[in-house]
Amino acid sequence: MLFELTEDQIMIQEMVRDFAVKAVAPGVAERDEACFFDRALVDQMGELGLNGLGFPEQYGGTGTDYLSYILAVEELSKVDDGIGVTLSATASLCAWPIYAYGTEEQKGKYLRPILEGRHMGAFGLTEPNAGTDAAAQQTTAVLDGEHYILNGSKMFITNAGEAETYVVFAMTDKAKGLKGITAFILEKGMPGFTFGKKEHKMGIHSSITMELIFQDVKVPKANLLGKEGEGFKIAMTTLDGGRIGIAAQALGIAQAALDHAVKYSKERVQFGKPICANQAIAFMLADMHTKVEAARLLTYRAAWLKQQNKPYSKEAAMAKMYAGDIAMEVTTDAVQIFGGYGYSAEYPVERLMRNAKITQIYEGTNQVQRMVISGALLR
Amino acid sequence: MDIIVCVKQVPDTTEVKIDPQTNTLIRQGVPSIVNPFDKNAVEAALQLKEQHGGKVTVISMGPPQAQESLKECLAMGADEAVLISDRAFGGADVLATSYTLAAAIRKIGRYDLVLCGKQAIDGDTAQVGPEIAEHLGIAQITYVAKLAVEGDNVRVEREHEDGYEILETKLPVLLSVVKSINEPRFPTIKGKMRASRTKIPVWGAADLAVDPDCIGLKGSPTQVRRIFTPPQRTQGVVIQKETARETVVELIAKLTDAKLV
Repeated sequence: MLFELTEDQIMIQEMVRDFAVKAVAPGVAERDEACFFDRALVDQMGELGLNGLGFPEQYGGTGTDYLSYILAVEELSKVDDGIGVTLSATASLCAWPIYAYGTEEQKGKYLRPILEGRHMGAFGLTEPNAGTDAAAQQTTAVLDGEHYILNGSKMFITNAGEAETYVVFAMTDKAKGLKGITAFILEKGMPGFTFGKKEHKMGIHSSITMELIFQDVKVPKANLLGKEGEGFKIAMTTLDGGRIGIAAQALGIAQAALDHAVKYSKERVQFGKPICANQAIAFMLADMHTKVEAARLLTYRAAWLKQQNKPYSKEAAMAKMYAGDIAMEVTTDAVQIFGGYGYSAEYPVERLMRNAKITQIYEGTNQVQRMVISGALLR
Repeated sequence: MDIIVCVKQVPDTTEVKIDPQTNTLIRQGVPSIVNPFDKNAVEAALQLKEQHGGKVTVISMGPPQAQESLKECLAMGADEAVLISDRAFGGADVLATSYTLAAAIRKIGRYDLVLCGKQAIDGDTAQVGPEIAEHLGIAQITYVAKLAVEGDNVRVEREHEDGYEILETKLPVLLSVVKSINEPRFPTIKGKMRASRTKIPVWGAADLAVDPDCIGLKGSPTQVRRIFTPPQRTQGVVIQKETARETVVELIAKLTDAKLV
């Protein structure tokens, strides 16, 4: 059993870390404060090849393995996890289903521009009344000659408005329930495809989240992803991978909170000694560190299983659930160690605690993850 | 347009500490980086290549691990790299270094432009670049902050403390660049992958047309007697008495005490 990264993985990890520290870190507080989505920064990541991590060169990817991509999301998230999840939404939720289920034409037209960093991607499954109950889809797609006509809306869509390409789910046959859901590839700018309000979120302010609105959007048959009725399967397998990306985001947040807490506890002096000299603080740090390491092992292992083409659905759920939960715990403890300063937006742990919360919610709430895990256990 | 860029691997001085006992740099555990000004030179070369086409070759003289720095330049987009490395080159001062690098440049043969950083952040001599130009018998312009090439004409802005000097010359020429000339690009993932798989050729003394007496320690007239940290400059003293006369009297007294007048 090997617990070491390969030379290539270390190289990519160091490269993304360097980029994150030099190019992402300088604007992190401003992006958070102003809810500013920095498209230029995201495009720069695309140019460096980050969208293509984990995809074969044949389609414009970098030919590196999946864990390299997870390391990149983690490194970005240590600095600004809103930027980390922007990459994750493009790569895991849009590029991956097109790669896994798309035709060669679709890969040439939609996958390549994403992997080469020219386009962003998004994924539209959630609706106002179809969150965890994804089968309650109200968006419909009706075949009319050579086109499907889409009507309905999607909400809480990461990268919406900015992405050029969208993987969207709609009911083609309501009577069939889950088997009546179909996936489509939509382009920004298709007539009738518009965006609703920009979501005002608790955290991850540097990422953009909006509503998708479809009013008689004519989607060519050629943009059907997979087969009619395959949508639910496509959505679920896509989310399996997406969860490893969210686990990496949560891991990055937790690691950052731990790093800040360790540094602060050595510098902050009360009663004539640094606060880390108190076991009450030191033991908190020990627990935080252990949780972060456990989350890392679960996350890397899920990524490794995926790149080995072994089943990884349960492990991805474990990684996402655990990393999300401990990100919440570790950031809460980090704020506690910072005391009053931790509650102030002057220090980064306040932002980290706000951002951590979402990792317990999206890409399947952590309750859904427990359903997945217990379902596999009790099968 | 064929461009040769000379780079040096240096310790990351932001992480270097000085041993207070021996007054020397503690290099142990300090990461090595490409000399920052040399990165500006690589970036300038890549931009010229993007405008005019051609080839960018990066060379470095140093121990085997200096190939890491060359790989970083390849990852940024340089086409080729050569490491100049041989025990016989060890202990070289600026003269022997520039002599050896000039020999390597002659071996490469074709070039229109040689680019260097203005100086290395470890030695800070700023002499190797200009000396290479002398060995090659080509023109040189140092401290270049802006650069434009048209045909065989080179137009530069040369940075001074209080302004710029605009100079024009013909290719071939050696230019040393300053930080403000550009912002070096980040390497791409594909560039990194390609660079990590590239085998960098190593040229030793036997590969170059060099006089054994002119390389390494033997070819180095400079001898380092002692390395020390210069004493910190103390704050100036402001003399301000009631009247100008009293102030001058006090000043003269102090200068006399210090045996300066």
